[in-house]
Amino acid sequence: MVLTSEGWPDVQETFFSADAFKTSFPEILKGFWLDVKLFVGVEIVVLILGLLIAVIRTSKVPALFPIRVLAAIYCDFFRGVPVILLVYLIGFGIPALELSGMPDDPVILAAIALSLAYSSYVAEVYRAGIASIHPSQSDAGLATGLTRIQTLRFVVIPQAIRRVRPPLLNDFISLQKDVALVSVLGIAEAFRIAQIETLSTFNYTPLLAAALLYLAVTIPMARILDHITAREQINA
Amino acid sequence: MTGPSISDAVIEIQGVTKAFGDRQVLGGIDLTLREHEAIALIGASGSGKSTLLRCIDLLVEIDDGDILLDGEVITDPSVDPVAVRRRLGFVFQAFNLFPHMSVIDNVTLGAVRAHGESRKEANERARQLLERFGLGGRENDKPDQLSGGQQQRVALTRALAGRPRALLLDEVTSALDPELVGDVLDAVRDLKQEGMTMLIATHEMSFAREVADEVAFLHEGRIIEQGSPERILAEPERPETRRFLRRLLAAGRI
Repeated sequence: MVLTSEGWPDVQETFFSADAFKTSFPEILKGFWLDVKLFVGVEIVVLILGLLIAVIRTSKVPALFPIRVLAAIYCDFFRGVPVILLVYLIGFGIPALELSGMPDDPVILAAIALSLAYSSYVAEVYRAGIASIHPSQSDAGLATGLTRIQTLRFVVIPQAIRRVRPPLLNDFISLQKDVALVSVLGIAEAFRIAQIETLSTFNYTPLLAAALLYLAVTIPMARILDHITAREQINA
Repeated sequence: MTGPSISDAVIEIQGVTKAFGDRQVLGGIDLTLREHEAIALIGASGSGKSTLLRCIDLLVEIDDGDILLDGEVITDPSVDPVAVRRRLGFVFQAFNLFPHMSVIDNVTLGAVRAHGESRKEANERARQLLERFGLGGRENDKPDQLSGGQQQRVALTRALAGRPRALLLDEVTSALDPELVGDVLDAVRDLKQEGMTMLIATHEMSFAREVADEVAFLHEGRIIEQGSPERILAEPERPETRRFLRRLLAAGRI
């Protein structure tokens, strides 16, 4: 139907042009390498920072109360602000301050913005995981002679992480797409390059080429997620 | 009161009270556990047996009174609870094994991380203990691959790995199918023969009779009767004790 309709040649030329694909793809692929570096780097920071925030938020030590409040505000703020706004705010705002010692590389600033946003999501995932481990496990850790921190490290957190692997992977998939938001800072990543190509040729094929690259990482990740979820349901 | 000299006492409980909200769970407990002695705590569910054991291991904070371990007050706020727990072994009703770790790692975690033993040393000793409790060859299994009775014996091994001064056993057979109770009780019997000092909360009266030197009957957070198993179980003085034993008898638990 679609292929035989009157407008199809136009559609094909605008979105599926083999020529436009061939000329734009190498550049887009190069830009996508930056996306990959960004989401891998940010994910590493996010997994560590998120866990740290979650541990602070779930601790019951009275002395940590002020830090606990700060951690809660951190999560509320960065989770509640649109990621694109954060990227703008940090990407343009920090250099505008002209403070010495502050990074001015837009890629670094973009990575900071994404890390702040995603660590707040991931902290909440970890927190749910930690809360789901029955207190009797902590009791057993303490009774074994471990300190509270050791009990967290060897008993609670390993079980919590196992339990929240699916939502963690889900957030990772979101991050893999959201790295495209850093294009607003003029960073030459895949989406930005595709956009420039499209604007100069009025052909949308480059955008589709970029979409294929994002899908090439997110779809396998989604299958891995399915696999883990299915295996966990068998074990449960 | 006469009795062995105070230096014999491993655990002394003096006027211990504990309330959860308005519910008074322990209403002033006095109890002394001497070296090589086994005392069975009996009483209905909710009489405070578990809470008392948890208070001794400092898993629950007491409201009033003192608990002493080897003559030292351990319920003082200045005492490091971690150091106290390293001197005691606790076995839980529901085993509470670490499900993400192998059997041997469950046993050696405390030895390595809390007691600073080398991995090799801890593994060697864990293997010996597991062998002794009929778990040889199961070192690399995960807890969920074992039966309840085997899991509880792993938990017992885990508690022993830290060379505890005394063992606190909290209804260690209550979560087990009847046919699996025997192996766990055999293990405890074995420990008693070896001279382990133990405080045992239990519903198994025949076991209490056989293993315990003394039986203490808890009723509404107080020890209202205490003595030799023969006397408490055969000729209880208090009507509450008689009623409790009658109910167990009717339920076929004696």
